[in-house]
Amino acid sequence: MPAVWLVPLVAALLAGWMGVKAIVERGPSITIRFNSADGIEAGKTKLKYKDVQVGMVKSVSLSSDLKEVVATAELAKDFGPHLVEDTRFWVVRPRIAAGAVSGLETLLSGAYIGVGAGKSEQSRREFVGLDAPPVVAGDSPGTPLVLRSASAGSFDVGSPVYFRRLPAGQVTGTELDRDGVKVTVFINAPFDQHVNANTRFWQASGVDVKVDAGGLQVDTQSLVSILIGGLAFDTPPGTAPVAPAGAAAEFRLFANRQAALKNPEHDKLEFTMLFDESVRGLQPGAPVDFRGITVGEVDAVRMQLAAGGGDVLVAVQATIYPSRIQWQDALPGAGTAQRRRRLIDALVASGMRAQLRPASLLTHELYLALDFFPAKGAKVNWAASPPELPTQKATLVELQSAIGSLAAKLENLPLDEIGGDLRQTLQSASRLMGRIDAEVAPEVGPTLAQLRKTLAAADRLLASDSPLQTDTRQAMRELARAAQAFRVLADYLERHPEALLMGKKDEGDK
Amino acid sequence: MKPRKPHSLSRTWAFLLAAIIFYVPANLLPVMHTEWLTGSQDDTILSGVVYLWQSGSWPLALVVFVASISVPMVKIVSLAWLAASVQLGSAWRPRTRARLYRIVELIGRWSMLDIYVTAILVALVQAKALAKIDAGPGALAFAAVVVLTMLAAMSFDPRLIWDSQRRGTR
Repeated sequence: MPAVWLVPLVAALLAGWMGVKAIVERGPSITIRFNSADGIEAGKTKLKYKDVQVGMVKSVSLSSDLKEVVATAELAKDFGPHLVEDTRFWVVRPRIAAGAVSGLETLLSGAYIGVGAGKSEQSRREFVGLDAPPVVAGDSPGTPLVLRSASAGSFDVGSPVYFRRLPAGQVTGTELDRDGVKVTVFINAPFDQHVNANTRFWQASGVDVKVDAGGLQVDTQSLVSILIGGLAFDTPPGTAPVAPAGAAAEFRLFANRQAALKNPEHDKLEFTMLFDESVRGLQPGAPVDFRGITVGEVDAVRMQLAAGGGDVLVAVQATIYPSRIQWQDALPGAGTAQRRRRLIDALVASGMRAQLRPASLLTHELYLALDFFPAKGAKVNWAASPPELPTQKATLVELQSAIGSLAAKLENLPLDEIGGDLRQTLQSASRLMGRIDAEVAPEVGPTLAQLRKTLAAADRLLASDSPLQTDTRQAMRELARAAQAFRVLADYLERHPEALLMGKKDEGDK
Repeated sequence: MKPRKPHSLSRTWAFLLAAIIFYVPANLLPVMHTEWLTGSQDDTILSGVVYLWQSGSWPLALVVFVASISVPMVKIVSLAWLAASVQLGSAWRPRTRARLYRIVELIGRWSMLDIYVTAILVALVQAKALAKIDAGPGALAFAAVVVLTMLAAMSFDPRLIWDSQRRGTR
């Protein structure tokens, strides 16, 4: 045999080896069903996991009922074990969703099929492709949770979930089932450590504006949440630390932060208060206030027939939380129900009553106030369930009744008689005036003329060159001279006191 | 006078067999691997022809088809038939057969056209991320086919065609 037969032998071996290699290296083939083949091309569209190519679409065809597109793809051999129950496929195209733009690189490179790894153990070769990329990549660390709400708020798939204003997760789905709306969220690690059985979730979408007995409140989570909605969660302070919640734990979704973080106080007293005035403006949820401290809230407003019929009273049911009152010194024996009853009885005995007061001048809202009034006699009716606390009419109502009684008193005044008397007095006064005018007035003229004359005479008398003045002046002069002479005498006598006896000496004798 | 080629027939058959074996991957495996900014593509000989035809360059498509598909096919079939005819001692039209052999020998080299084109493209288009062309495994197999058919043609001794005549007339 010529050695040339080695050539085909080698060729056969080579070809055989290449063929075997191709067959062995061939990965599994899968089918994916999509709604449309938008962007998928046979022989060109790649399958990528974490941006690494793991396969290629080999052919694209329509399903027999023309409803779906079936893409057959061949995957790399080492990806075979990852083709399991919950492996997901979706087409990556440029997309705007939940405030983010994604997939722009596919504008240049053409659409590709994204793969999300699954965790299941069961292998699978036929898949249904997703319409949109899943919100959360399959292997991100974190915990999926379920929230229940009566209705969906203004949030959607992809809306953020906040924890203390930090984005901690995303809404992954909303669906309606028989118990209401079921919202699935995914909380990323490490925030999922903060979710435990006591955590509360609430809707933080948009802007919360509230006007109530406390005033105007505006609350918002972040600009993003105003635009695309959002949820938030937190654990109310003061709760004991508990283990973090596991996957698929269920929580209730509250409407707003205030409702969510309200402490479910276990220590509470329920009372009924009966009013026989209008309670218009009192809403369930209105605060019960004791000298400025909110100690509880109104639960319900109902009607009740008064004992004996004949009148309908308004029964306001309120809950009071004693733990909201912080005492300066520890209350003696506050704790047992018996001692508490006695304390309340004592307070009521010294005048504590419930009264409705207007909350603000702007709104027509009322709130329930507990305060001490100078009223005596009423007692707490512990027999009723819930116990009845005595009430005090509202200040406005009292004012109204006081005015009413004042008006009644005014009505009782004998105004007619008073009027008649007054008129009489006036008439006599006017008569008096007339007499004065008639008799007295004419005398006044001549009297005044006379007075003028007298004054003129007095004036002449007191003029500077009147005789009276000159005489007086002269008299004064004489008096002054006399005084001076007397002074000389006094001086002389001082020097010569013997002159009194011997007389004045002649100067010539000296 | 040239001496006869030793073991002509067996050598021809050997090379022909090898060429046939390599013909399969030459057509199935991609000859050229193209990468450009937006993606990449593998092309076999046939897909290249189809692409050229569809994009309107009919002459080019025709040339490639003739050079890369028809010629090797013709060569293999002709050589196989010639070798078979000599093996079986057929006396059919020796002149025609000899002419056929000449034609086969002449056109042999033209099927290297595709390899030349691929080599030139690979050498020229190497702009890394922008565009890159690499030869695929199919190119190797195709080159092997061409070389082996040429060797087969070379080792076939056309005087063998006339042997049957001599035998016939003896």
